[in-house]
Amino acid sequence: MPLATVPDLIPVLPELFLALVLMALLMFGVFQKGGRKEIDVNTFRVISWMAVVALVLAPLLVLALSGGRLVGFGGLFVSDAFAVFCKVLVLVASAATLIMAQGFLERHDMARFEYPVLVVFATLGMLMMISANDLISLYLGLEMQSLSLYVIAAFRRDDTRSTEAGLKYFVLGALASGMFLYGASLIYGFAGTTNFDTLAQMFGHGGGHEAGLGVVFGIVFILAALAFKVSAVPFHMWTPDVYEGAPTPVTAFFAVAPKIAALALFIRVMVGPFGDLVAQWQQIVVFVSVASMVLGAFAAINQRNIKRLMAYSSIGHVGYALIGLAVGTQEGVRGILVYLAIYLFMNVGTFACILAMRRNGRMVEGIQELAGMGKTHPMLAAALTVFMFSMAGIPPLAGFFGKLYVFLAAIEAELYGLAVIGVLTSVVGAFYYLRIIRIMYFDDAVEPLDRPVEREIGVVATLSGLFIVLFFIVPGPLVTRAAEAAASLFAG
Amino acid sequence: MSGFPILSLLTFLPLAGALFILTVRDDDPKIVARNARYTALWTSGINFLLSLYLWFHFEPGTADFQFVEKAEWMPVLGLSYHMGVDGISVLFVLLTTLLTPICILASWQAITERVKEYMISFLILETLMVGMFCALDMLVFYIFFEGVLIPMFLIIGIWGGPRRVYSAFKLFLYTLLGSVLMLLAMFAMYADAGTTDITKLLTHDFPISMQPWLFLAFFASFAVKVPMWPVHTWLPDAHVEAPTAGSVILAGVLLKFGGYGFLRFSLPMFPIASMDFTPLIYTLSIVAVVYTSLVALVQDDMKKLIAYSSVAHMGFVTIGAFTMTVQGLEGAIYVMLSHGVVSAALFLIVGVVYDRIHTREISAYGGLVHRMPAYALVFMLFMLASVGLPGTGGFVGEFLVLLGAFQVNTWVAAFAALGVILGAAYMLYLYRRVIFGELTKENLKKILDMSPREWAVFAPLVILTIWMGVYPASFLDFMHVSVENLMNHVEKAQAAAQMINVAGN
Repeated sequence: MPLATVPDLIPVLPELFLALVLMALLMFGVFQKGGRKEIDVNTFRVISWMAVVALVLAPLLVLALSGGRLVGFGGLFVSDAFAVFCKVLVLVASAATLIMAQGFLERHDMARFEYPVLVVFATLGMLMMISANDLISLYLGLEMQSLSLYVIAAFRRDDTRSTEAGLKYFVLGALASGMFLYGASLIYGFAGTTNFDTLAQMFGHGGGHEAGLGVVFGIVFILAALAFKVSAVPFHMWTPDVYEGAPTPVTAFFAVAPKIAALALFIRVMVGPFGDLVAQWQQIVVFVSVASMVLGAFAAINQRNIKRLMAYSSIGHVGYALIGLAVGTQEGVRGILVYLAIYLFMNVGTFACILAMRRNGRMVEGIQELAGMGKTHPMLAAALTVFMFSMAGIPPLAGFFGKLYVFLAAIEAELYGLAVIGVLTSVVGAFYYLRIIRIMYFDDAVEPLDRPVEREIGVVATLSGLFIVLFFIVPGPLVTRAAEAAASLFAG
Repeated sequence: MSGFPILSLLTFLPLAGALFILTVRDDDPKIVARNARYTALWTSGINFLLSLYLWFHFEPGTADFQFVEKAEWMPVLGLSYHMGVDGISVLFVLLTTLLTPICILASWQAITERVKEYMISFLILETLMVGMFCALDMLVFYIFFEGVLIPMFLIIGIWGGPRRVYSAFKLFLYTLLGSVLMLLAMFAMYADAGTTDITKLLTHDFPISMQPWLFLAFFASFAVKVPMWPVHTWLPDAHVEAPTAGSVILAGVLLKFGGYGFLRFSLPMFPIASMDFTPLIYTLSIVAVVYTSLVALVQDDMKKLIAYSSVAHMGFVTIGAFTMTVQGLEGAIYVMLSHGVVSAALFLIVGVVYDRIHTREISAYGGLVHRMPAYALVFMLFMLASVGLPGTGGFVGEFLVLLGAFQVNTWVAAFAALGVILGAAYMLYLYRRVIFGELTKENLKKILDMSPREWAVFAPLVILTIWMGVYPASFLDFMHVSVENLMNHVEKAQAAAQMINVAGN
């Protein structure tokens, strides 16, 4: 017997890379002589750009793994096409939002190097969540992500709204983690294992195990915790407050990266170990999905603050994505993945536009403040218009295709009621997206917003806008990738 | 079949023009506006000339789709970019390419703000409309069909009248609500037939239990677009608030989406359900014809009056389409075409005086014949065409529809004929109030007759209206074989269903 077996590190290469970079950056930051503002800002800039570079390089490593299914650490960790797809999305989301954050943080005296470090920490946690193949490794990833997120929600320490957001998020997040652990322990108690593959085998066809009441209870607790993480109704209450209170770049980050990671996790847990227990959890997911769509559509109508509006909009979008999970088929998962990819670009673009809304150097968040932007900032207004029409799901913009695959899966699975409610709420949702366009183009300008728009934000907005507009020309590659990713989840 | 991708060219040339306008930059807004206007006019003008290729090379002797193009698009679902026209759609393509340059010419002076964006919107609109009529893949069709909402929303919302916000929202949400249900029906069809190719779906037999639901979902979308009573209320609002050219496109082309949809999808794909729902369609259409004609009689706003008359005319279209007779079907298409020309012209006519006096109130006018004899003449021609005077395009279509309806159901024909009489009443009443009488109003005493640009706008429409009235064969020949093919297909399916019914009993 060899003295020490070196575990197979190939599957965790991207995570390893990010972790090493992270520690290097942390050390570098800590050992800078701080104290003077210019030096702090300089350190922040260097570390921030290095973090962006690391986040851009990591997807290459992820893609290098895109072969087959690799399992590491005794079955705790898995890398398959599904993980690759979601990881790339998360990394792109983190990189884009980190780029957008820089100008804002510098202007608001928040340019401390801890911010990029924490973002990378959270991202690392997300990657681990996505690849988790065991309830325990899942919990590790989840907590690593969540703890970093609590801190950056409250990153603006001298602002009561920001600290309140952080605290609220922390208390409710801890509650959700508790529920998750309770559910996991129930499952361990009644099934005797926490490993996804073993669980899938036990409950699968020919596994011979009936799902007892204890296991079902465990699944329900886990579902509740995951619904909290993706901010689905009825566990959505924290979202509007946190979105509004957190500094805007943090909100942008929250809206994309953790959402994608948590939804990926949601899919993996439900489809992987409990895939054959669809009958037990389908009703719950259907309810959560319908409730999220309805609340997201109706509660957003009266919002005056654009960040709050985006919070409700994201609740609605999670509802649409969950249709795909409620269906519980490979087509459904494909639908969610396409949806998430498009959702990522729409939201990054929208938040880039929100971050560009400044008047006399201060952020404005009221929707009414956008009045007349069509005249004063034609390009920015055009970009935001594209994102809003896309969110409303109007073809030929990308948002339409996201909805298309999800609803198609629902119809194929004969969940007609769910699909009809979905499209009807999307019409209600169209109302508030159109309202933003109306204010920008149809209302007369108040005091114009500041110009020019920062270069980084302009680039991010332009790139996402082009993606959204031009997606319909070649939708093939993304959809094919998503289909492969979905297939990999159902193969095992 | 021609190897040259003429349909794609017709569809995307306006888009290329729009992109070109996007690159126009100058510090002087006047130069930008001028360049945008000329680019839009040239692009749409060339597009019209190109579309004449269809007119000359279309083979009317076959019901097959022609000028077909096909390319892989979304292989995962087996979707393809599939374009082609048959006798039903080809004339609508020509109508679209004809009306777009006219609209651009009509907004030459009326639009002074954000000219660049306006022209871009119009060119994108043309792309979507032409694409809609050419699409032979259900999903491609839907994308064009629904995409039209974006430029239309902006055109009404930005360049419209005082209540433009309300109207733009109403238009958008009404149509969206109908269309999303159609989208779900399309998915269900895909799930059943395994394809979204319209040519294959046309020969696919959908289960009888599914047909009513599919029919109703498509009906939700097309009825709003047509528009049929009682979901027509968005139309008067949208027309009144839209700029003149917006109204022209709305009445001339967008209203045809619904009628075209019935002919392309509802009738051939769900023949059994179509048969079952025919009484419903008749009832709604008759209510539309009679009720909206009466409403039109009491309008004070010229545009609103013409908008209600559009609803009434579209009632003829739906009656004709569901009679399932050659005359009825050809009449329905013919009414759509002539209404596309005539109502477009009527909105332009309102635009002429609106540009001068800036009001659409009928009571603000009177006695225009004394100052504007040429205008009065053109107005009279289109007014009579709208009434359905023999010798104008309006007559042929309405006559065919009535003929078709009479064979199937005398009561329907009688009520529809009542609509014709009411139509004459409100149009003549409008004409009397605006054109005749003493010229007493101060601000009308200096009003000028039509300018050369306005002549250029009306000339093609005048010629076309008379041509359509005097020699309809040159248009009917295009559609005849396709219509017969459609009818045979539907009758066969309905006969088969009745056989099953009889056997079952």
